Amino acid sequence: MNTKKFIGYSVRFMIYALVIFFFIWAIQNQYFNYIFSQSSTFLVLLRQHIEIVLVSSLIAVAIALPAGILITRPRFRKAEWFVSMIVNFGQSIPSLAVLALMMSILGIGFKTAVFALFIYSILPIFRNTVAGINSIDPNMVDAAKGMGMKPSQILFRIELPNAAYSILAGVRTAVVLNIGTAALAYVIGGGGLGVWIFTGIQLFDNGYLISGAVPVTLMAVLADFLLRRLENIVVPKGSRRSVET
Amino acid sequence: MIKFDHVTKSYEGGINAVKDVNFTVEKGNIVVLLGPSGCGKTTLLRMVNRLESITKGTINVNGQNSMELNEIDLRKKIGYVIQSNGLFPNMTIEDNVMIVPDLLGWSKKEKRERFYSLMGLIGLNADDYRKRYPNELSGGQQQRIGVARALAADPPVMLMDEPFGALDPIIREKIQDEFLHIQREVKKTILFVSHDIDEAIKMADKIVLMRGGEIMQFDTPSEMLAHPKNDFVSQFFGKDRAIKSLSLHTVKKLQDIIGLVEFDETIQDTKTINVNQDLRNTLSMLMNQEADQVIVTDDNGRQLGAITIDLVQKYLHFEIKGKPSVAQKG
Amino acid sequence: MQEWIRFLEVNSPRILELTIEHTMLVALAIIVALLIGVPLGIYLTTNEYLAGIVLQVASIILTIPSIALFGVMIPLFSLINQGIGYVPAFVALVLYSQLPIIRNTYTAIKNVNPEMRDAAIGVGMKTHQRLLRVEIPNALPVIMAGIRTAVVLNIGIGTIAAYIGAGGLGVLITQGIGRGDNYLIISGSLAVALLALFADGILLMIQKRYTRSNA
Repeated sequence: MNTKKFIGYSVRFMIYALVIFFFIWAIQNQYFNYIFSQSSTFLVLLRQHIEIVLVSSLIAVAIALPAGILITRPRFRKAEWFVSMIVNFGQSIPSLAVLALMMSILGIGFKTAVFALFIYSILPIFRNTVAGINSIDPNMVDAAKGMGMKPSQILFRIELPNAAYSILAGVRTAVVLNIGTAALAYVIGGGGLGVWIFTGIQLFDNGYLISGAVPVTLMAVLADFLLRRLENIVVPKGSRRSVET
Repeated sequence: MIKFDHVTKSYEGGINAVKDVNFTVEKGNIVVLLGPSGCGKTTLLRMVNRLESITKGTINVNGQNSMELNEIDLRKKIGYVIQSNGLFPNMTIEDNVMIVPDLLGWSKKEKRERFYSLMGLIGLNADDYRKRYPNELSGGQQQRIGVARALAADPPVMLMDEPFGALDPIIREKIQDEFLHIQREVKKTILFVSHDIDEAIKMADKIVLMRGGEIMQFDTPSEMLAHPKNDFVSQFFGKDRAIKSLSLHTVKKLQDIIGLVEFDETIQDTKTINVNQDLRNTLSMLMNQEADQVIVTDDNGRQLGAITIDLVQKYLHFEIKGKPSVAQKG
Repeated sequence: MQEWIRFLEVNSPRILELTIEHTMLVALAIIVALLIGVPLGIYLTTNEYLAGIVLQVASIILTIPSIALFGVMIPLFSLINQGIGYVPAFVALVLYSQLPIIRNTYTAIKNVNPEMRDAAIGVGMKTHQRLLRVEIPNALPVIMAGIRTAVVLNIGIGTIAAYIGAGGLGVLITQGIGRGDNYLIISGSLAVALLALFADGILLMIQKRYTRSNA
């Protein structure tokens, strides 16, 4: 084994060790206890959290994907720069601000949280859909046209399959982002595991902090991992390429 | 057959991309659209399957006015090959090749049989390639697949837009040869865009030389080389057009007209050449060796005699330059 | 409109003060992140094994929601009596910046034209000369793009840091939520968004001015 490999493996080992030490430390200090002592509350918060994320993400896909397809049709292409500008501006508004703004319009509660997350996750999905379709080699579309494919056939057989990687990466970004933003839903009365994190901050209670933060972290990491897996299953083998999120 | 009748294409602002073009691609012929970039050759080609609109005039494809057909139906009847092959990366090779038959609603069995026969035609092993994806193939293989795809539904007419332009010279020549071989079997009516003079001379039954949207000359390659109609044509083919034209003539033709010389046995290290080889290759062989003769053999390897640089020169003078021409300033 | 003018009359000094605080937090975090990320990214180009691991860890860190990362870090930092406040926020921002900076540095240096590298070796440059004169200048546009990503990201995450007492423009939003005051919420949100766009614009200008874009 050479030196470089050795350094690589030792860093990997150190990271594993750090994670393990963290868990041992947290367990020894009984920081996970609330999950078991208040398990019914935990499950309610967890369910709320997942519901906020799932509902908002699904609606976002249902809106953003057709919108991205529509804006890349020749008829609407001219409006693309304008819509992209709005989307770019929207993306620079922090998630907390979106929650707060929605609260000022819709009041507090679960539905407001879902709506705010839905609005916020439209952006990455829309952007990646447009980028994915735009990155397709125009020669390919030309060939498809020249062989007599109808516009709908070109969309479903050429454009969408080849943009699938980028679109799914957008969905993944949105879902992971939503898991984090849902943890902020507490501040507008939307529930979720953020309730424990913020309680922990306010009460200086490490138990609440860890019992809330660690599940949220695991949820985000797991969602990211699973959606990456899904990409590898769904995306046609020939059109896989690395897309940076 | 493709018939262009007073075809004009103009853009807004009155710029004419194609001006009053008239010519016919006869059934089973290859006509090459040749010319400098921006001369309108690709636009003209794309007007045939209506990827570009026609401003004035008509294009008849197999006796039917292309404007009277639904454009989707029209395109399904015309094979289309482009430079960057345009294979779909999300589909396997089989799905790519069978896309038009699929659009036409062929059965699974028909498609499978057609795929195997097409792959045989282009000389690739069907089983090896069936499940593979375009990005796993080399440029030359991809281009062969592109040709197979255009042939899939057996369209009588094919449009080829610099199909071999992106390949390196050695592979390009090889694929040109293969394609001509296939063409002898399938006898398609082909309109072919090229900017490469050698390719045009090699592939074409007739060449359309274009400049600024207009036809400069429409002729067979040898006529065009021997009798350029105007200065542009003679300059376009260059001063060495006589040498270029040698690739249109075989050793056999030279033998028939002026005869070969006796093979001189005292000369060592003499190479041999098949009697069906073209004279351009023969000349380059003569230039690249010590000995001043090359032995000519027939298909059975029998020696017919020898050929020398003097003979080629004589032939060139006699056969190609000897005919009177309209403008010979090049 | 009248009310807005009155609101701004009263609050603009405070908004400005918080904007500066926000900018300082993000700027300092980015500088530290650069000091770690760029050398690390360069080193990783020489060690493929490590590159895989580091990039993977950095991308996992980026998926951790910010409020959850604060939640995990507060107990850890309270071990050294820095549980709530500036330090965990600062460390979190440094961590979040790592992926865009390391990844872009790594890929940019990796993608420097090998012929250019050969030419540099050919004219007799030593490794560090080659790095400073050929590889880094040519990789700069991509590295700058990574910095821009990190800055915009951090300006957004910085708002959440207000909840753990690190100050910044997030204070306006959190107070607005607490008091149900829309003026505070809207002015805070707009200020953050404009700060992000402004920072991105300036960095883009610097990138275009001082580098020849070959990316």
